[in-house]
Amino acid sequence: MSETAVAPRSDEGFDSIVRLEGVQKFFGPIQALKDISLAIGRNEIVGLIGDNGAGKSTLIKVMTGVLAPTSGRIFIRNKEIDLTDYSVRMAHDLSIETVYQDKSLAEKQPLWRNFFVGRQIVNRFGFIDIKKEKQIADQILKGAIGFRSAGITVDSTVSNLSGGERQGIAIGRAMHYNADLIILDEPTVALAVAEVRKVLDFVRRIKSGGRACIYIEHNLAHVHEVADRLIVLDRGRIVSEIKPKDMSVTELTEYLIDLQHGT
Amino acid sequence: MPAGKGPSLIQRYEGLPIMIVFVLLLALFMYMAPQVFLQPFIYTTFLSTLPPLLLLAVGLTFVIGAGEIDLSFPAVISFSGFVFAILFKEYDLGWLAVIAALASGVLVGLVNGIIIAKVGIPSFIATLGTQFFWFGMATVLSEGKSYALRGAEESSVWKWIVGRPFADSETVWISQVPIQALWTLIIVIFLWFILNRHRFGEHVLFIGDSNQVSRVLGVDVEREKIKVFTLMGTLAAVAAIMLTLENKNFFGNQGQGYLLTAIASVLIGGTSIFGGRATVIGTVFGAIIILMIEPALVAAGLTGAWVRTVQGLVFLISIIFYLYMDEPQRRTAFFERMGLRREFGGGSADRRGAPAKTAGEPRT
Repeated sequence: MSETAVAPRSDEGFDSIVRLEGVQKFFGPIQALKDISLAIGRNEIVGLIGDNGAGKSTLIKVMTGVLAPTSGRIFIRNKEIDLTDYSVRMAHDLSIETVYQDKSLAEKQPLWRNFFVGRQIVNRFGFIDIKKEKQIADQILKGAIGFRSAGITVDSTVSNLSGGERQGIAIGRAMHYNADLIILDEPTVALAVAEVRKVLDFVRRIKSGGRACIYIEHNLAHVHEVADRLIVLDRGRIVSEIKPKDMSVTELTEYLIDLQHGT
Repeated sequence: MPAGKGPSLIQRYEGLPIMIVFVLLLALFMYMAPQVFLQPFIYTTFLSTLPPLLLLAVGLTFVIGAGEIDLSFPAVISFSGFVFAILFKEYDLGWLAVIAALASGVLVGLVNGIIIAKVGIPSFIATLGTQFFWFGMATVLSEGKSYALRGAEESSVWKWIVGRPFADSETVWISQVPIQALWTLIIVIFLWFILNRHRFGEHVLFIGDSNQVSRVLGVDVEREKIKVFTLMGTLAAVAAIMLTLENKNFFGNQGQGYLLTAIASVLIGGTSIFGGRATVIGTVFGAIIILMIEPALVAAGLTGAWVRTVQGLVFLISIIFYLYMDEPQRRTAFFERMGLRREFGGGSADRRGAPAKTAGEPRT
């Protein structure tokens, strides 16, 4: 097993949006993340791959304030984060947005509430400016996401949308908040082929908008198609970093299978 | 209704089905028992019996909307009622008794919230436990006695909380209009705004939808749950004070009748038993319907013993109705089980299903 910890590249200013140094995460006696160090730069799509239980989702949760790491340091734009009060809200404030598979939208709520929950536009008594929220939601829907037809409005409930539409909404929301880094957790899982196409187009839009993206994916073909580099996780450890142009999907698949058997 | 992804009719007009049911029932009662339902007295009586039920039911609308349940509020009616009665009567503390009773409700709710959100006990079990505890406390501390608050109507507390502002009126029914109806109306309208227009209400509905999604979206799920249960405890304490003052009497079991009626009001009103969708307006009409059943049955010549039976029945029917109306996939599954596949209910709601056969089409 080759130990290529991805050292932070320190070119100039803050070229890494997020940098992790020596991050460990234990769940009781089980170590989910072992000494993770990595950096995500601007304007790149980084694929995060690995088998089930390799620690991909845990890594994302630590990076976005959902879980606190057991030890290690996290830097956002080269500023170290105080891990004791790092939270989802704080990650949002630092322009990091996450789109979780199936967990990004509340089913029974209208789209406009889904766009703003957690950071509503409120007056000083906490009452929501519904008119304004709906208006902005409408702009996101028609602009960033490009839903023009299909009868979807800001008042539609999420449960009436298809899987691909949901991912589109979630990604559009992330883009609206001007996130520098958008993290996608298996956005194409359980989607039909045509829907997958749409989602991959959304992913490309993220990059063309000058933002970075971490893309967790089971389907190697999908991630190979859009990522600039691939980070391979295995049993809580980063084992290698691959450029898609150096390796075909077939070679990549074989490499990962070897990885499973090679230890 | 046009097919599409817009909101359904029910979502567009909050509480619409229950309002229709209410109007139909009222018309039926007026027709069947004009001597009761075409007289104003029944309605002034409602104005004094509805407030405690309504406050409990509106609080529960938040709790159930958040996907939780609170079974401890009947015990708050007892416990906070006791706190109020003993301080008001034995210690003559007046408004301080009101404040102490409110504080006891806040405390019960806060404890519930902490047990549920921080300790992580499911609310059904947690509040079942606290219900026994606080009810037991009320019994122990009151030594099983009841307190008659004779002469309470002389106090400013009574006048302001459950007084009769039009007592001088010459029309009898107007003179009996109680002021707690006004306070309750104000609280209910305020809570409607909180649920529908305030950040807190939105968080409640998202939590009811999914704790996990809410957390990912940056909602502090634990804190908001504690707030929901504290709100419930506080409203139950207000209800306890009103009830005790209105009856001018405290007795240990005074909260018992409210468990079924309050939960039924909420669910008849259309709040989802699975959380995520809640309607204050629906709850108001649900509570009125639950309360109307009793005089209607008595007027129809049945004994009071039938009241609970009929309330329970209405409760069950409405839950089943909403279940199948709200969740097309359940409805479809039900009709399939009954061998009636696609003959009913293949409406616009399940647009992704197979094209619905027309009802007259012969089945193969």
